[in-house]
Amino acid sequence: MSRIAASRDWLRRNLFSDVFSGLTSLVLVAGALYWLPGVIEWMLLQAVFAADASACQAVNHGGACWGVVAEKYRFILFGRYPHAEQWRPLLATGILLLTIVASGLRLLGRGGLLVAWTLALPLCFILMRGGCCGLSPVASDQWGGLPLTLLLATMGMLLAFPLALLVALGRLSDLPLLRGLCVLYVELVRGVPLISVLFLASFLFPIILPQGFSIDVLLRVQAGIVLFAAAYLSETIRGGLQAVPRGQHDAAAALGLGRWQSLRWIILPQALRAVIPSIMNSAVSVFKDTSLVTVVSLFDLTGALSLALAGDAEWRPYYLEGYLFIGLIYWIGCYAMSRFSQSLERGTGLGQPSA
Amino acid sequence: MQGRRRRELGIQALLAAALLAALWWLLDVTAGNMAERGIRSGFDFLRDPAGFAIGESLLPFDSADSTWWALAAGLANTLRVALPAILASTLLGTLIGLGRLSPNLLLRGLCAGYVETLRNIPLLLQLLAWYFVVTDLLPPASAALQLGPHVFLSKSGLALPWPGGDGGLLDLPLRGEFGIVGGAALTPEFLALLLGLSLYTAAYVAETVRGGIQSVPRGQSDAALALGMTRLQMFRLVLLPQALRSIIPPLTNQHLSLTKNASLAVAIGYPDLVSVANTTLNQTGRAAECIALIMAVYLMLSLLTAWLSAWLERRTGRWVERS
Repeated sequence: MSRIAASRDWLRRNLFSDVFSGLTSLVLVAGALYWLPGVIEWMLLQAVFAADASACQAVNHGGACWGVVAEKYRFILFGRYPHAEQWRPLLATGILLLTIVASGLRLLGRGGLLVAWTLALPLCFILMRGGCCGLSPVASDQWGGLPLTLLLATMGMLLAFPLALLVALGRLSDLPLLRGLCVLYVELVRGVPLISVLFLASFLFPIILPQGFSIDVLLRVQAGIVLFAAAYLSETIRGGLQAVPRGQHDAAAALGLGRWQSLRWIILPQALRAVIPSIMNSAVSVFKDTSLVTVVSLFDLTGALSLALAGDAEWRPYYLEGYLFIGLIYWIGCYAMSRFSQSLERGTGLGQPSA
Repeated sequence: MQGRRRRELGIQALLAAALLAALWWLLDVTAGNMAERGIRSGFDFLRDPAGFAIGESLLPFDSADSTWWALAAGLANTLRVALPAILASTLLGTLIGLGRLSPNLLLRGLCAGYVETLRNIPLLLQLLAWYFVVTDLLPPASAALQLGPHVFLSKSGLALPWPGGDGGLLDLPLRGEFGIVGGAALTPEFLALLLGLSLYTAAYVAETVRGGIQSVPRGQSDAALALGMTRLQMFRLVLLPQALRSIIPPLTNQHLSLTKNASLAVAIGYPDLVSVANTTLNQTGRAAECIALIMAVYLMLSLLTAWLSAWLERRTGRWVERS
């Protein structure tokens, strides 16, 4: 078949398979021709890229004012962190991202993974907090922007996982009281919005903790995120545990393995393997959900943007460009995670319970 | 067997004791803290006048009305935005989900692009962006965009014809000297929330619909076509009834999370239940009570939805068997 015939065949199959499909193609192409030039004009051709407020004013929203990003990017990315010390959150963000990516690409062995994480997390905290190693101390209420978002999401996932595992096992336990408690926790948390859990963490934790035991708002909100994420994650893990065929339990018992041995070596590896894609979906949710800490006055990526623009009359009109910028950051993170989960599903047959 | 039974009972008794002790300790600490800070407790504040105004309300509300009525107005506002958003997201999401299964490459790509974009950006960010677009980028009311006969869109919201008004079937909004007069006005807060919730949830609904239809084995549609059914008949009589069974449970979950997500209204100042409770909390300092109220209401909504979903599943189950 000649190339022309082949491409005609391709066109017919994909764009003009029947009348309806052909009409759809025409409408969509016409729409694209109508809208795209305006979009390109706004985003690129008429856009102002320099941090020049008067130039932005001159185009009067006829083109995007990307200058707002050029002017405010340090504020958006690092919040109120002291300007001269911003290399620290930058480095911490780099270390965290590198560790996450290296774990995802399996560049580290099992031992390497453990070493990397036990080194990376304390290092990030030391960098952010300071107060030792010649770094000036920076209180956690000055943390903000991307590193805060990443820390909240990463720690949220890492701490929620063991809790979720325990709750999932508790829900499948033989003890009715334990089972009831776990069901209560999961259904209670899943029935209410995250905001109410964050309010709980922010307003109520100080009242229910003993005097002199006050923990700062960042930790309280982190605890709220962990409690919330764990409830959803535990349902995912429970699904995995229940997908392991009954025969596996029996076979483990027949081999003389005890309950914990059978759980550790036979059941859990299969159960967790089966739900890795869903666990990744939970990670995406947690990453997105961290934006809600803005509501309880923490300045994560979303909060830092408002902080950067709200008080500045010169740049205030260009919120939309700012939203698009941080939207892109969130999007890259979420899309990378969901593609990663899909590639796991395809490449290794994960997502199906192993026979 | 007897030994194991006794051991299980023992463990549970220990667990119960530990739990009661922890609870007692928590309450003790809390009571101590509250006494020290002079925080009063109880739900008596619900009967006091609210003392704050609500931006917009479906129920008639005035700041002299009681606090519980303010919260009721908040819940009504939650439902007022959630129900239309559920309808809109389900319709749009179904169309996009079907579009992702279309033989047309462009349509498939467009729908996939929609889902991947909307799903991967936090809802809060989308709401803030919509709110900014409505309140800052739209023209002022004096130069409102006319979207149709007597439909005006501006910084002050959307003005629509509405039944009633003096001396006519419809109260029509008209251009006045300083803006739009007459008709029903939807506030920018309501518009941004409705738009944001509907578009975001539609992406999830689309995935649910696509997953449900793809879960029907291919042989079913082949068999239907082989029997001489048209594509429409095949879809209506064979695919849809089977797909609905796997679509409805996750779909009601989406509706429930939409209702929970409506609580993000607090970020853009739409007076939903959570916003009103938050204002009450700040005014009265009754944090525990206000948070408990929010949670109780949402738990009730969840239970109600679960019950509705189960009922719907039974209904569709019967419908599937009939057809």
